[in-house]
Formats: sequence, C-alpha cells, structure tokens
Amino acid sequence: MIEVRNVTKTYGSTRVLDDVSLTIVPGGVTSIIGANGAGKSTLLSIIGRLLPADSGRVTVDGLDVTTTPGATLAKRLAVLRQENHTSIRLSVRELVAFGRFPHSRGRLTAADLATVDEAIAYFELEEFADRQLDQLSGGQRQRAHVAAVLCQDTDYVLLDEPLNNLDMRHSVQMMRRLRRMARDFAKTVVLVVHDINFASCHSDEVIAMRDGGVVAQGPTAELMTPELLSTVFDLDIAVHDIDGNRIGVYYS
Amino acid sequence: MSPSTGRRWEVRERHLALAVLLLVPAAFASLFVGAGELSPLDLLRADSGAALLLLESRLPRLLAILLAGTAMSVAGLVMMHITRNRFVSPSTAGTTESAVLGVFVATAFLGAESVMVKMVVALGFALLGTLFFLWVLRRLTFADVIVVPLVGIMLGGVITAVTTFFAYRADLLQSLSAWTNGDFSSVLRGRYELLWLTAAVTVGCYLYANRFTVAGVGRDFAVNLGVHYDRVVNLGLFLVSATTAAVVVTVGNIPFIGLVVPNLVTLLLGDNLRRVLPVTALAGAAFVLACDVVGRVVRHPYEIPVETVAGVVGSVVFLLLVLRVRRVAG
Repeated sequence: MIEVRNVTKTYGSTRVLDDVSLTIVPGGVTSIIGANGAGKSTLLSIIGRLLPADSGRVTVDGLDVTTTPGATLAKRLAVLRQENHTSIRLSVRELVAFGRFPHSRGRLTAADLATVDEAIAYFELEEFADRQLDQLSGGQRQRAHVAAVLCQDTDYVLLDEPLNNLDMRHSVQMMRRLRRMARDFAKTVVLVVHDINFASCHSDEVIAMRDGGVVAQGPTAELMTPELLSTVFDLDIAVHDIDGNRIGVYYS
Repeated sequence: MSPSTGRRWEVRERHLALAVLLLVPAAFASLFVGAGELSPLDLLRADSGAALLLLESRLPRLLAILLAGTAMSVAGLVMMHITRNRFVSPSTAGTTESAVLGVFVATAFLGAESVMVKMVVALGFALLGTLFFLWVLRRLTFADVIVVPLVGIMLGGVITAVTTFFAYRADLLQSLSAWTNGDFSSVLRGRYELLWLTAAVTVGCYLYANRFTVAGVGRDFAVNLGVHYDRVVNLGLFLVSATTAAVVVTVGNIPFIGLVVPNLVTLLLGDNLRRVLPVTALAGAAFVLACDVVGRVVRHPYEIPVETVAGVVGSVVFLLLVLRVRRVAG
C-alpha cells in the first residue's frame, strides 16, 4: 500500500503540491491525470524518493521512502521519470541488465539474464539490443528504459509518461503489458498519463489532480464523466461508451 | 560477471588478450632503452653491472610507468563517469594543479620530508580543488560539454599561478618543476614504491565499477536502483584525488592521459566501466610507456621528459576529440 500523508512541495514561490494525502491500494493500475502543472510528476517523484517533499510523509508497505535504505526500497519500488536523457554509451542490453542490479548487485545469474532477454523481446528491442542508447530513436530509448524498470521486478512500479515518444502500436503494447503485470503478478502500477483514453481503457483506478491537489480518486468508470474531466482539464470533454470503454472526445 | 558482459564476455577477453600481447613485449623492450648500455645478452652473461642497472633503475622505472599509466587513465575514466562529462579528467578539473599546490605547501610550509606526508597533503588539496571545481560547475549557467573542461583548465591555471608565485618567493621553483613535469628518469629503487598505492586504488575502482556506471547514467537512475548517488560520487572523487596525489608526488604530473586514454577506449567499447576498466588500465600503461620510450629515444642519450611527450600527443588527441564532438553535435 502506498500512503501519502500531507505532502507539500514548493518551487520558489509556486506551491506545486498542497497538502496532498491519498492511498493507493496494492494490485492494479492507477493513472494520475491532470493538466500541465497540476503536480502529477512531482507527486510521482516524491513517492519514488527522487525528490524530497517539503513536508509530509510517504510510506510504501509501511516503509518511509525517505528513511528506508535505498537498496531495500529498490527491491520493492521502481520509478522512471519522464526525462531520461543520458550521454553515457551503454548498449540497450547493458541498460536493461542494470535493472537487475538491486537483486544481483552486478553478478547476473542465468535467471537474471533470462529476465533481461524476456524484457528485451517483449519491447521488440532485440534488433537494437547491442546498439548504444545514443543511436536509438526517442521511442526505442523510452522502451529500453521501461524494460530496465520492469526487470527490477518490484511490487510497485511508478512510471511518468511511459507512452512518451511511442507510436500507437507500442503505446497499446506498453499499456497491455503493464495491465497484465498488475493482474497476473499482483503488481501495483502507478502511471502519469496524458492521454485520458489510455488511462480510461487500461486503468483500474484514476487519480485526478488540479493545481497541486487531488480533485477526485476512484474507479475509472466513475471518474470518466464529462463533468469531472471538464473541471480537471478546463475543457469541454464529451464522454462516449465505445466497445465497452469510456472514451473522452475533445478534439474539435 | 557484470550486467553488461552477459554472453559477450568473449569480446572483452579478446580485447584484453590483445592489449596484453602488445604491452608485454613493449615493456620488455623498454628495459633495454636508455643512456646506459644494456642488452638482454648482458644479463645472460651474469654481468653484475648490468644486473644492478636493471634492478636499481630500469625495472623500477618500468614499474613506475606501468603503475602511473594505469592509475591515471583509470582515474580519468572514473572521473568522466561521476561528473558525467567525458572531458573532465584530473588534468581538466584543477585536480592535478591542486595536488601540486598541496605538495608545495607540505614541502615549503610544513617542512614535510616523508613522501607519505606530502602525499596526504596533496590528496587533501586535490580533493578540495576538485570539489571547488564542481561547486563552480553547479553555478555555471552555460555548462556546455566543452565549456566545462575549459573552466577546469582555467581553474588549474589560476592554481598553478598561485603555486608558482609562492614557489618563486620561497626559492623552490626547481622542486616545483619536479612535480609539474612528470619524468621517469629519476625513478630508482626506493623512490617510486608509493605508486603501489595506486594499484590498490585501481582495484577499488574496479570493485565499484558497476556503481560508477550507474551513477554515470544519472542521479535518478542510480537512486532508483538503490545506489547511494552522493556517496558513490564522493568515493570516486577521493579515489581520483588519491591517485593524482600519489603520481604527482612520485613522478610528477603526466598531463592528458586521464583524458585521452579513457576517451579513446570508451569510444570503441562503450562506457560500461566493468567492461572497459581493464582495457583502459592496460591502454593507459601502454600509452605512458610509449611516451616515455619516445622521450628516451628521440635525442639519445639525452631524455625528453614524459610530461612533454604526453602533453604534445595528449593535447592533439584532445583537440581531435573536441572537434569530433562539435561535429557530432552539429
């Protein structure tokens, strides 16, 4: 269980998170939606202990993320930010294999290598496996980073915009994979997603944020309403039932 | 096995074998190059003069070259990772110059006699100088990949100016040149052994190789994998400073190895430290050996210090690398 209690974060004079409290129960996919600057990424980074909160407390299965040793936490929680620029020359396989670091401490077993190969195959990276990261397209690099995080095989997976730079097919594959992982292995996946329809089609629960606070949290179907979406995004959004999914339409 | 090597270990073994095959004959040959006549035959004839020359001078010199070359290039490789800039090395971050200032302070103001004391003071100065450089970097608004080492070179210049001023006042310019101009000609048995410390440092770097690589990818990546980022960076700075101090105290500064060798090796083999560190170490030893032999041969029986040869070769290669980045960056 992820518990966020009274978390506040300010950058300069801007309050990005204002006394946020929420609970994410284990198992399932939770999507955080909201307009730019709503505080989604900041919240995700604080849960993933990449950013310190100014005040408040975050625990994952009772472990305080700021005081639990990094190595312990790395076996339970994995986090990937939106920006993953790096100039280091590592091959895709090397990067993905580092996902096993919390478990292997650098000594890869046959099982570790199998996990790495499986992740590379799933994200269709075999062709590029021995290529350096800086020779890949943005989408390929994004897939490699997500593959590394999934190799970490943690109970909690936090991803900021995992669909960044991905084409439609790879976006759908990514979401299916995350969903299956959550269902079959009882993982807890928390995503920041821009595309509300991906959030709608693939998440069990949605957290809607606006101006540094949580507007609503609940089962996806209940939150995918024109009223709520319009409040969250300041935009008229119609919602239709298409093939059993709630689809928001706002393009014209 | 490291995360990267996986099943590609054969490649790594091949590179290593090649490097060793090149280095061993060169090292052996270097034993017979110098002002004093010495040939393998002399040794077979059990010539006591020849044996003395070999044991007291040539062999210590060879070991000093191999140790210094290995250590400085590995230090450069580690520094490149922890600063995440491939042009930051002990010679482009004020580290070497600070170490020289440290030796000078130990000698002139603390009256230190033992090399151990000098080295410890030099290590402290090297560490402080490098931390100051990193502090300056964090305040730079325009931290271009090439601007960063230029700032480091400027900082080194300022520190050298301070050192020279006080050395002039203290009438120690001659000693100063011994630390700034790396030279193996004065290496004798009993006067280089401190360099063995750098071998320990190199082993330490190898043990921490995966953590340095993880830190090199980025802070978030490291934190996510449970690697204590700040601790790894600080440890790296300490190891780099220790190596630089030991080399400056015993043989003097050898510029650009820490920059040129890791850059060339990683250009070919990538940045995974576990994989490239052994090759970098051997290549560094070979590079310094080659520079030293050239210095011994060019105007035989006199010598050109290794600092000069390495400086000429290193600065040209540095320039080419910088131009290459400019071209790649477009």
